[in-house]
Amino acid sequence: MMSVFPSTAAAKKAGRGEPAAPPAPKSRSQRAAYLFIAPLGIGFAVFYFWPLLQTFYYSFTEFGAFGGHTWIGTDNYVRVLKDVTVWQALGNTLIYCAIGLLALPVAIGVAALLNRRGLRGVAVYRALYFIPFVTLPVAVGLVWNWLYNGDYGLINEAFEWFGADRRYWVSDPSTAVYAIGAVMVWSTTGYYLIIFMAGIKGIPQDYYEAAELDGAGPLRRFFTITLPLLSPTIFFASIICMINSLQTFDLIYIMMAEKNPAIGDTQSVVSLFYKWAFIENAQGAAAALAFLLMLIIAALTLVQFRLQKRWVHYA
Amino acid sequence: MRESSVRSSARRRVNAGSVATHVALSLGALVMVFPFLWQLLTAAKSLAETAKVPPTFLPDTWNWSSFEEVFTALPFREMLFNSVFNTVGRTVGQLVFCSLAAYAFARMQFRGRSVLFALFLSVLMVPSSLLVLPQYDIIQRLGLLNSAPALFLPGMFSAFGTFMLRQFFLTLPKELEEAARIDGAGPLRIFWSIMLPLVRPALAALAVITAMWSWNDLLWPLIVNTDPQKMPISAGLTSLEGQYETNFPVMMAGSLIASLPMLLVYVFLQRHFVQSVALSGSKS
Repeated sequence: MMSVFPSTAAAKKAGRGEPAAPPAPKSRSQRAAYLFIAPLGIGFAVFYFWPLLQTFYYSFTEFGAFGGHTWIGTDNYVRVLKDVTVWQALGNTLIYCAIGLLALPVAIGVAALLNRRGLRGVAVYRALYFIPFVTLPVAVGLVWNWLYNGDYGLINEAFEWFGADRRYWVSDPSTAVYAIGAVMVWSTTGYYLIIFMAGIKGIPQDYYEAAELDGAGPLRRFFTITLPLLSPTIFFASIICMINSLQTFDLIYIMMAEKNPAIGDTQSVVSLFYKWAFIENAQGAAAALAFLLMLIIAALTLVQFRLQKRWVHYA
Repeated sequence: MRESSVRSSARRRVNAGSVATHVALSLGALVMVFPFLWQLLTAAKSLAETAKVPPTFLPDTWNWSSFEEVFTALPFREMLFNSVFNTVGRTVGQLVFCSLAAYAFARMQFRGRSVLFALFLSVLMVPSSLLVLPQYDIIQRLGLLNSAPALFLPGMFSAFGTFMLRQFFLTLPKELEEAARIDGAGPLRIFWSIMLPLVRPALAALAVITAMWSWNDLLWPLIVNTDPQKMPISAGLTSLEGQYETNFPVMMAGSLIASLPMLLVYVFLQRHFVQSVALSGSKS
């Protein structure tokens, strides 16, 4: 359900040679090392590297009715770029990404509150906020569908109480994508909260004490100390958040029934991929779509890395 | 006297501030937990009561039969078992394969090490949907569709796990290995009885987070195991939605039972969960 992106510092470290074990009997220890990495290497070769090449090949082929792939050149890519549903799915996916990123400010706010000196019950709050993240996505989707239900749902009850109209939240094309996005924020906030709490813990307490002596209030301390010093963590979290929300699938699959009129307005790139590859048997086009998604993820990640100089402060 | 009044007013301010903090945090916590409470309350209602407008908060009569019904509405027992199998398979696989490779990358000198490590890390960057079609073909060719191993085979190999464990192995002192080597221990023995026990916290953190991801995984099981008897619960429950569109109590009961194992793991192993998340987010 989620991928983890190595931080820049770690990636740099990986490239450089690391301090190694002393050069004992060389050939024997070399052989041992290869044997140690062999199982994982074989697994990666079979289930990751080979499939990557295969998908690349598939994206230039058409899957026949009787099996087998025929080479059709770039037709799949042309089809993908010309297909309106692809652009719609892409638009939806970007909306999910934008909404999903709202989990970050919420998590930062909660983390800052939890960082208050002498606050009791920090562990309890942290546990409660994290529960949605560990819960089975199906359970999350089902209960929210029920809360959003147009006839018997509790959310409509609350809206009516405030004098607003009742709505069919997840089958109304104008609200469905936001209804799903809200659940995304709800279920991921706890995860980012933990990342930010770890980040805030790394900020020296002296800074806060000095600022307090200078008469800086809590808000001022938050904006001049916490936020800038947390920026590397925010950068890392925003990249993970972006990559994950670009791959949104679970919640949409669970919350959107097949006959739902809003399906086109909520479908993400991965749900469209699933439909093409495993329901409509258009594997070649699905493979091309998957490559398009990878290019978008790579491009947006690159943009984030480029922009980082403007706002990320490494102490 | 003046000083003490200043101090007490400061304390009052602190108290007011901390009360406000608690109020804000509790409201947030309520939003986080309320849906689960609502799930429990809905599961305990009769089918007729769930269709009431306006909805009732507490059930008129507490009715726990939905928790039994879900076992007949679905092959629920089999699905739970498949989930356990999937989770254990992936977790054990990752612990074995990732720790071996991580140890070699962190502590052993060999040709092509940095190239291989970069290659392994590149797996992290590839979106899983890109690999799913050929992975399906492989499972099909192996004749494993709708089988238990189909669920966990690709998930046993993880770049994230390798990366995380390697960071830990790097921090261990060199002297331990040297001493063991002088005593005549071979590489496997040094790894197994000396180094592995020292990274136990990292192993625990990896186990816990892998277990969670495996239990909750949806896309892959939906693809490889379409037979309800062979589905894990994460995929199996989605079929309740179409089948029992209106039977909300059964759906809620089923999803509560299915969430329970991970919630228990979380409650008991919270420390490791938090550590695994913090580790995945740390820069070191």
